[in-house]
Amino acid sequence: MAEAVADADLKQTPLFDLHVELGARMVPFAGYSMPVQYKAGIMAEHLQTRSKAGLFDVSHMGQAFLVGPDHETTARALEALTPSNFVELKPGKQRYTVLLNDQGGVIDDLMVTRSISEDDDGRLMLVVNAARKEIDYAHFRSRLPDNVKLEAVDDRALIAVQGPEAVAAVAAHAPKAAELGFMEAASMEFDGIDCHIARAGYTGEDGVEMSVPAGAAEAIARALLADDRVEAIGLGARDSLRLEAGLCLYGHDIDETTSPVEGAITFCMQKRRREEGGFPGDGRILAELKDGAGRVRVGLRLEGKAPAREGAEIALPEDGPVIGTVTSGGFAPTVGAPIAMGYVPAGKAAPGTALDLIVRGRRLPATVTAMPFVPNRYFRKSGS
Amino acid sequence: MTTYYSKDHEWIDVEGDIATVGITSYAQEQLGDVVYVELPETGKSLSQGDEAAVVESVKAASEVYAPIDGEVVEANEVLAEEPAKVNEDPEGAAWFLKMKVGNEGQLADLMDEAAYKAYVETL
Repeated sequence: MAEAVADADLKQTPLFDLHVELGARMVPFAGYSMPVQYKAGIMAEHLQTRSKAGLFDVSHMGQAFLVGPDHETTARALEALTPSNFVELKPGKQRYTVLLNDQGGVIDDLMVTRSISEDDDGRLMLVVNAARKEIDYAHFRSRLPDNVKLEAVDDRALIAVQGPEAVAAVAAHAPKAAELGFMEAASMEFDGIDCHIARAGYTGEDGVEMSVPAGAAEAIARALLADDRVEAIGLGARDSLRLEAGLCLYGHDIDETTSPVEGAITFCMQKRRREEGGFPGDGRILAELKDGAGRVRVGLRLEGKAPAREGAEIALPEDGPVIGTVTSGGFAPTVGAPIAMGYVPAGKAAPGTALDLIVRGRRLPATVTAMPFVPNRYFRKSGS
Repeated sequence: MTTYYSKDHEWIDVEGDIATVGITSYAQEQLGDVVYVELPETGKSLSQGDEAAVVESVKAASEVYAPIDGEVVEANEVLAEEPAKVNEDPEGAAWFLKMKVGNEGQLADLMDEAAYKAYVETL
């Protein structure tokens, strides 16, 4: 039970003092001192987010802009590095994508937003993983054409509010937030403070992610936490929530060796890109799309109560050979049982396939399960 | 009956030649919500420092070590069904196992309550 208190080398987010005041247990994460849980604990925080609303400090994540002369130019530059369609991304829309290396492996997964304002033509907003920001930024800077620049943002915090009551709680201060559909974003005032709010998240619930001025982050967080529906939630519950939602954690479920096809995230690849290619590793990725990948990420539901964690081996039943590895796993509070995800050969990836997960030398029976483990509750506007 | 404590946050109550082993309140607080407990088989022979049980929280798995040598005479099967009891009553009803004391001399390696309290203060 290692201790990890505010280390001098760790960076702090603008909400650090608030976390400490709220009794958070602070741990090192991607170079930052971050709250892993508050007094309520991971289980209660997880269930709070599923039943009402949770507030997450995700200011450690990287915020940046790609800036070019016009949308088409910036979008083409991003398309050269990712397998998604950004040229046709409409103003005010957000899209999930992956930065690919030349082997078609995933350098990082990220969210990209096209501003709704015409004044911002040629700008795309990026949110990248905390542990990958320096790698991503260096990659962009080495690969972007001369007329498209990466501008890292270091004066803004990022606050996620997630759960069935999240948007109502945010809309009490920023009414326009309620008008957004899933994966839509807009700039708006939150109690008079200029914020950029996207209706998206990492929990499978309805909710928003708010990019806010660093100096106003604490006031905004306090305003939301004053609402009875909202509680502060740490990284521990963030992880169990995203696992139940079937979402990848970079560096665990996807990395530089896994392609988007293996990682089962091909929803980030729109039709034109699948037809035309023109992205790093397109040879491998298009072949995998056509013929299937050798291995694929699947969901796993364990029969007993014992969890299987990252690194546990996946084997065929009845003392069969090891065929894969668990990449994320743990107890799922909403499901009330242990769940996991991991890589298996394509022939063993069908839902219902019986497999064993090897934990401390013992074989735990598990079944391949369609993800998400808990139904998504994203707010999709009809017709969009 | 005397209670001893280990640096790994186990407690051990010795009565006659039977020792009851559990984890301390400090340990359960650090673990957070316990969701699974793996207990040893009765009759298993443990040496001091051996993995005696495993306790899993939402976040991670942690080992419970045998504070002294001994043979497992009983495991608290209630914990297999109700692991959350470890959070509710760690130093009482949520004991993990009883063992037959194999080496009484090893109790001298452990801390008494005052020493353990002082140790936790330093963490």
